[in-house]
Amino acid sequence: MIAFIIKRTFLMIPQLLLLSVLIFFLAKQMPGDAVTGAFMGKPNVSAEQMEKIRQQHGLNDPWIVQYGRWIGDAIRGDFGQSFVHKQPVTQLLAGRIENTIWLSLATLIVTYLLAIPLGLIAGRWTGGFADQLIVTYNYVSFATPVFVFALLMLYVFGFVLDWFPSGGSVDIRMEEGSMEYMGDKLKHLVLPVLSGSLLLTYSTVQYLRNEIIETKVKDFVKTARAKGVPENVVYNRHILRHSMLPIAAFLGYEITGLIAGSVFIETIFSYPGLGRLFIDSIMARDFTVVTALVLISGAAVIVGTMLSDIILRIVDPRIRLG
Amino acid sequence: MEDNLLTIHKLRTSFLIDGEFHRAVDGVSLTIHRNEVVAIVGESGCGKSALALSIMGLHPKERTRIEGSVEFQGQNLLQLSTAKLNQIRGKQLAMIFQDPMTALHPLLTVGRQIKEVMDVHLPLSTKEKKQRVLQLLEQVGIQTSAQVYQHYPHELSGGMRQRVLIAMALACDPVLLIADEPTTALDVTIQAQIMELMKELQQQSQAGILLITHDLGVVAEMADRVAVMYAGEIVELATVHELFHHPLHPYTRSLLHSLPSGQQQKLHVIDGMVPAIERLKRSGCRFAPRIPWISNELHEDDPVLREIAPGHYVRCTCHQHFYLPADRIGDETDAPFTAT
Repeated sequence: MIAFIIKRTFLMIPQLLLLSVLIFFLAKQMPGDAVTGAFMGKPNVSAEQMEKIRQQHGLNDPWIVQYGRWIGDAIRGDFGQSFVHKQPVTQLLAGRIENTIWLSLATLIVTYLLAIPLGLIAGRWTGGFADQLIVTYNYVSFATPVFVFALLMLYVFGFVLDWFPSGGSVDIRMEEGSMEYMGDKLKHLVLPVLSGSLLLTYSTVQYLRNEIIETKVKDFVKTARAKGVPENVVYNRHILRHSMLPIAAFLGYEITGLIAGSVFIETIFSYPGLGRLFIDSIMARDFTVVTALVLISGAAVIVGTMLSDIILRIVDPRIRLG
Repeated sequence: MEDNLLTIHKLRTSFLIDGEFHRAVDGVSLTIHRNEVVAIVGESGCGKSALALSIMGLHPKERTRIEGSVEFQGQNLLQLSTAKLNQIRGKQLAMIFQDPMTALHPLLTVGRQIKEVMDVHLPLSTKEKKQRVLQLLEQVGIQTSAQVYQHYPHELSGGMRQRVLIAMALACDPVLLIADEPTTALDVTIQAQIMELMKELQQQSQAGILLITHDLGVVAEMADRVAVMYAGEIVELATVHELFHHPLHPYTRSLLHSLPSGQQQKLHVIDGMVPAIERLKRSGCRFAPRIPWISNELHEDDPVLREIAPGHYVRCTCHQHFYLPADRIGDETDAPFTAT
């Protein structure tokens, strides 16, 4: 198992390198560059001055040279300066990565806490009232755009009822590290997390429901019943365990999707995470930040895939080979 | 009778197909005594497995209707709640399934799956249970029990898996074992081993066995009494000796004649197949369509199971005039059929 994880980790290195080349190249193909992003439409900066800045920062070099410079620094943990925020990219990202990880993790946990019981109920009592209700909820949540739902949540619970803060990640007056600080952070997470997870459950519920319907007629379930195993145990141990396989396999991708896909939620709840920074940076052609961000989400995909592989290996003994 | 382990009385199992209930088991009555092996034979689709699963209460409730009674140790199994039934299933009443490839949970270790039976039924400590599992594995002929205990089903061969399933069934010393085609999915050589094992274990444990099979060789070797089933009904019931030496019902005779033997030039083939239960004619002799050379008057309108000789029951009068077409060539006398 450990050997597998090490092997799998080494395999990530060429993947990441290839990804970085691709990202850098594509980012360079975007119209405009950091200089146009920063000074466009400012009449007091002349074209000659802009050209001078470009020359200074080596923006006129061929992209391969620029790439070499960038990747060399990146390996040392230096992603350059943000043109817009006037601070090192790493510093800019540090706090936001943490926020996004909290948000994603909380969303993931809440999603599974909701989806697994729902899927289990729907799959066990197929066609019953609860099942119909769950399936309806599933279709509705699948069809609801996240930005509409998040806005609604924000309006109802953040504004009209005023139960939860409507933006930010923590109250500015809180003392870092204190219990109140953590509590307030959690409070700020409630709305974004609920908005995300209430809509994200559908795939897990649907998968689980279908898997359970398929699994419950299998022979080994009959064997379990013939052993006199109580019905609840039949479902919660024998059937659920088998039905969780595709969901476990999907977990890695789910994490990836969350880290990369929190743009809407973060923007609507003005939550200082990666997603919002990403949108802002693209708008401002903050080239160094964009490449760093894409690299991070790309790396998240690669890590997520690896995680899926590892999880599947843990839960399914049949693929523990080699 | 005191000696009765299981008394099935007019059991009728119907399945919901396209909004209608169709009878897969149609009025079966049968008793199994202590220390007796009763075999049920018949082609695929004649209701053997449906009968076994009805006894075990393993049919999905929402699509099945079961009538009649199944008396086991003074209780009618059909009227028990699932919780009550679970106290009996796996303990006094155990089942061995047809396909060892799919009957084990792929994600749980063998040891855990066998131990689970004891978790449900026996008040033993974890250590004692493990001890007993290892002992059971050795009993079913697995020498490397400690390793197999930790194996997952996919790491074992078909024969080994069937042994594991047998060990599982024996875990709580059942008084009645239902074996639903326990060797169908296995190689011929392994089949022989498994049957040998079952015979041996039966002699040790004195348990009653309801053996469901379509292999007449297995029947001859294992069974004390045989019930021949066709289209949901028992058409003939006799001791194994009687059945093989004086088979009466046309279906039994056709089946026996379909077995390869030294004297025959050509194997007999029963024309047609068991009708699907939605299309089964419920009146008259159900086997009649497959022996068209026997004229309709020779069948009963409403055939019942009659005791022809002590302990030998046959359904329908058509057996009195039955002959196999192959026997008629060059032989015009209606000689009574004798099997070899």
